[in-house]
Amino acid sequence: MESFSLILAIVVVTALAFDFTNGFHDTANAMATTISTGALKPKIAVAMSAVLNLVGAFLSVEVANTISKGLVDETGIRPEVIFAALVGAILWNLLTWLVGLPSSSSHALMGGLVGATVASAGFGAVHGDVLVTKVLLPAVAAPVVAGLASLLATRFSYGVGGTADGEATRKGYRAGQIASAGLVSLAHGTNDAQKTMGIITLALVAGGSIAPGSNPPTWVILSAGMAIALGTYIGGWRIIRTMGTGLTDLEPRQGFAAQTSAATAILASSHLGFSLSTTHVVSGSVMGAGLGRKGGVVRWSTATRMFVAWALTLPAAALVGAGAESVTGLGDWGTAVVAVFLVAASAAIWKISRREVVDHTNVVQETEPAGVVTTAIAAVTPPPAGMVTEDLTATIPAPATEPAPAPAAPPAAAV
Amino acid sequence: MKIDWAALGSVFGVSLASTVGLVVLFTLGINGLSRREKAAARGGSAALAVTGAYLCFAACAAAVAYGIYLIVVKP
Repeated sequence: MESFSLILAIVVVTALAFDFTNGFHDTANAMATTISTGALKPKIAVAMSAVLNLVGAFLSVEVANTISKGLVDETGIRPEVIFAALVGAILWNLLTWLVGLPSSSSHALMGGLVGATVASAGFGAVHGDVLVTKVLLPAVAAPVVAGLASLLATRFSYGVGGTADGEATRKGYRAGQIASAGLVSLAHGTNDAQKTMGIITLALVAGGSIAPGSNPPTWVILSAGMAIALGTYIGGWRIIRTMGTGLTDLEPRQGFAAQTSAATAILASSHLGFSLSTTHVVSGSVMGAGLGRKGGVVRWSTATRMFVAWALTLPAAALVGAGAESVTGLGDWGTAVVAVFLVAASAAIWKISRREVVDHTNVVQETEPAGVVTTAIAAVTPPPAGMVTEDLTATIPAPATEPAPAPAAPPAAAV
Repeated sequence: MKIDWAALGSVFGVSLASTVGLVVLFTLGINGLSRREKAAARGGSAALAVTGAYLCFAACAAAVAYGIYLIVVKP
């Protein structure tokens, strides 16, 4: 580890920061329905999910660098490119968290990588067909698969069980929900913590710090596991609220059906080699469960905003990644500028989030305040366009204005 | 461009079948337990229903165990 350069240290820290945002962005996937149906208290739910994520990170020693494998040409990838990719992914994760929309962290990371690679090596270095088969198609397939499964399961469950309502029923579904949510957490830990380990290892190899083809060092496994667990425990309460109560109203039985469908779809997909994003799977299964009950509703306005965010994830992260990469290309001071930009933008987003705090105390409140919705609409649409120009001109003070509620086209127009 | 329809199809089929199967099993199990609850309220017992319920739950537990096995021993 003698040749541990400064840029490498920056990349590792940024990768861990991404891992952290990944954890807290995705707490909702495992625990939103469990929290909204009251099966577990919010704090206990996130703690359980954090522990299982940590356990999951240690379960498998296989390096999951599927993210970089195949999508971009790895030969000649520099630490700066990875850094730029991470900047794009982190900013998109934070922005979607601010507006409370679940979006795929993996897509954000892939988008960042694609953008940074294009800026660094041109369009030829990105494999467009891999982009379609590994990113776009799964994004469409995941909610359909999981949604249909959970819709049918919910319908059958109400058909078979009637509307039995007793102590045994209540306790039973509670236990079932906890078990299936635990499985989702565990699977998330193995998949997503591994991705960060893969990224860090890739950077270490690219920086010449470890030999190509080696396993991730123990400190990488340990720190990646800790980062994702910590992020999960902090909890992205805004997203939990959207997923748990914003999309539809769930009874315990539906929560159980949704969570079971999510767990099986995630496991089936990762085992059968057609990788689906956890976020897309869970969102789909929650909506399916909502539709499966007689008289159940899905709030399509919230769902539409979510779909818009999904569609924007890859291009937005790619644009930021590309911008960051072209600035880091200017030299060491360029890298410093991007680092400052990242910190300033993150701080700005956090500051804005404090205007309306969502945490474990108010996460299951039924009323979704109108303010959040309007800022969501305003903030979801404009950033990509705004951010690019800011990035390309390499001005630092720009981030403060970036998520401000600028006049925005309604999300429908952006689809 | 090569889309792996077979993989997508099998993911779809397996997810659908196992989700519906598991949820129905679990619901049957809970039905059995709530029947015991009602029987106990009347002072009777529902041994058959309870045995069935535990069989259902055992099957669900086996499915969860298989899920953990898949997570741990992924190729």
